[in-house]
Amino acid sequence: MTSIPDAKAPAGEVVLEAVGLTKHFPVRRRLKDVFSRTHKAVHAVDDVHLTLRRGQVVALVGESGSGKSTVARLLAQLYPRTGGDIRLHGETTKVTSGSSFRRYAARVQMIFQDPFASLNPTHTIRYHLTRPLKIHGTAGDDLEKSLHELLERVSLTPPERYLDKFPHELSGGQRQRVAIARALGARPEALLADEPVSMLDVSIRLGVLNLLRDLKERLDLAILYITHDIASARYFADETMVMYAGRMVEGGDSETVTQAPAHPYTQLLIESAPDPDRLAGAADVADEDRGNGEPPSLINPPTGCRFHPRCPKAMARCSTDEPVRLEIGDVPGHWAACWLYDKNEVAK
Amino acid sequence: MTEPVLEIKNLNVDYGLGDQSVHAIRDVSLTLHRGEVLGLAGESGSGKSTLAYGMTRLLPPPGVITGGQVIYTPESGDPYDVLQLTDRQLRGFRWSETAIVFQGAMNSLNPVHKISTQLTDVLRAHEPKMSESSRNARAREMLKLVGIAADRMDAYPHQLSGGMRQRVMIGMALILQPQVVIMDEPTTALDVVMQRQILGQLIELRERLGFSVIFITHDLSLLVEFSNRIAIMYGGRIVEEAPASALYRDSLHPYSQGLLGSFPALRGPRRELTGIPGSPPDLKGMPSGCSFHPRCPKAFDPCATEIPVLTAHGDRSAACWLVER
Repeated sequence: MTSIPDAKAPAGEVVLEAVGLTKHFPVRRRLKDVFSRTHKAVHAVDDVHLTLRRGQVVALVGESGSGKSTVARLLAQLYPRTGGDIRLHGETTKVTSGSSFRRYAARVQMIFQDPFASLNPTHTIRYHLTRPLKIHGTAGDDLEKSLHELLERVSLTPPERYLDKFPHELSGGQRQRVAIARALGARPEALLADEPVSMLDVSIRLGVLNLLRDLKERLDLAILYITHDIASARYFADETMVMYAGRMVEGGDSETVTQAPAHPYTQLLIESAPDPDRLAGAADVADEDRGNGEPPSLINPPTGCRFHPRCPKAMARCSTDEPVRLEIGDVPGHWAACWLYDKNEVAK
Repeated sequence: MTEPVLEIKNLNVDYGLGDQSVHAIRDVSLTLHRGEVLGLAGESGSGKSTLAYGMTRLLPPPGVITGGQVIYTPESGDPYDVLQLTDRQLRGFRWSETAIVFQGAMNSLNPVHKISTQLTDVLRAHEPKMSESSRNARAREMLKLVGIAADRMDAYPHQLSGGMRQRVMIGMALILQPQVVIMDEPTTALDVVMQRQILGQLIELRERLGFSVIFITHDLSLLVEFSNRIAIMYGGRIVEEAPASALYRDSLHPYSQGLLGSFPALRGPRRELTGIPGSPPDLKGMPSGCSFHPRCPKAFDPCATEIPVLTAHGDRSAACWLVER
């Protein structure tokens, strides 16, 4: 009951920052495109601003295809970016070679969604954990001791029992713990967790989330938690950002975003989440004006606000003007990219 | 409560034969009533999908049904045991009496055939006397029912979005107006917004057409909202069965309680949650006694040695020694 950190704890030092981050994936050109000189691209991520602070968890919530995993991969520098900036402790970083990537990876590590695929089935756990220790030179004098420490840190005890096992001998939850230990082996400052629990069994998801939170507190890590489950963002993250079709639509501290959502898309997302308190029969879902429909194509994204074709509250200007971040005003730091909160609009 | 439409009695399913066999379903009894939505929840490996395949005789080898009965009661006529049907009878029974929507159903459409071909194919096989035009009319009507414009009839699967493909699959399952529809994780690959739309539509169709649904998923909070009754499986057995609201408010089995406590709430106070310690059992090395006892916070003497049986308490039942006392 007590270990939930106060969402309004003093903000720690900024570790990793994304400023106007943009990523467009080129689409294969067909013959007619060559003549018409069009360069089609998937606008996967557009103008994303994000700040990770020491000892804080930021959640990035969105549907599949909203670009949230692309953000994580951009931050991990697995993809080159199309535009914008990634700043590590305020300094622009751009990975150009293998050695600069290694230097970057020593400070920013990633945990992937599928622990069945992210561990090599032909190698033991010892091999998986020795690699980061050796590559990043964090082993110290006693490799064996460091290995034990890593496993103990992710509560795989006693370590001897796990070190010489192969991934297939472990359960999904244990594998994800090994993946976390491997990320910690580099002694990173920031951890990018891309849906770390969505492939795990329901009953063990919370165990892994609680472990991540415990690590955050003990090692003062900055964590980016990517998820499609907004309820778990509320549970786990200090700050929550909502993404739709490649753009951030709302952000603020988790409690405010989930309890008083401002953007119509966030409201739709929260209304759609399963709610046991709304019992069978009582739920009438077929209303027409709730924003039913599907996310847009990202090759030709809608002009103006990308949510406007589905938005029940869309106004004339939503289809032409791109909304900017506007303060909601209920809690400091709570913003939404929606014209509904424009002062001039409110005055009308 | 209405009359039962499908009764599973002491069903046992093994994978493999002889000493190497693994008991995936053990002594499962379950009743589906006419017009109700029965939720089946459990973690991966709990046997929920095997149960669905077992009762429709769709088990792929090495799956073997080693015992039990599945009694189906048609709308008019005498009940019969699905497990005793001949191949020919079984072909008639499938789809027209019981339809199934598979896990990842949106990928089970054939990519090289138009939707219309795939929809009318079912009619061609089951109602050969139907004319071409009435088959098409029926397919169009079905698409409209699941909320897809009839002009998409001639689209190929890749021209439709995931949610639309899923709707086509549901439409296809309902085209012969079956009495029972089994849905094996029908919405896990979809986003929450789409999930809600499709489930809402399904519930509406059920009210209109009066079929019964067995809904299999690991998302208990979804089941509590959408189903009438819920059965929870663990290690190949049903550990608790109760009306949805009763299960949510006060579940009897510690596993159900743990499962309910594994979903962070979106509303209400923020609580510290723990999930369930340990990991789901391996079917090869099932613990003795109650298979949940190594993870159970309330385990006591008899749990490790004696297997608790599912016993009724009013309109609900649970398999736990705690409840027995």
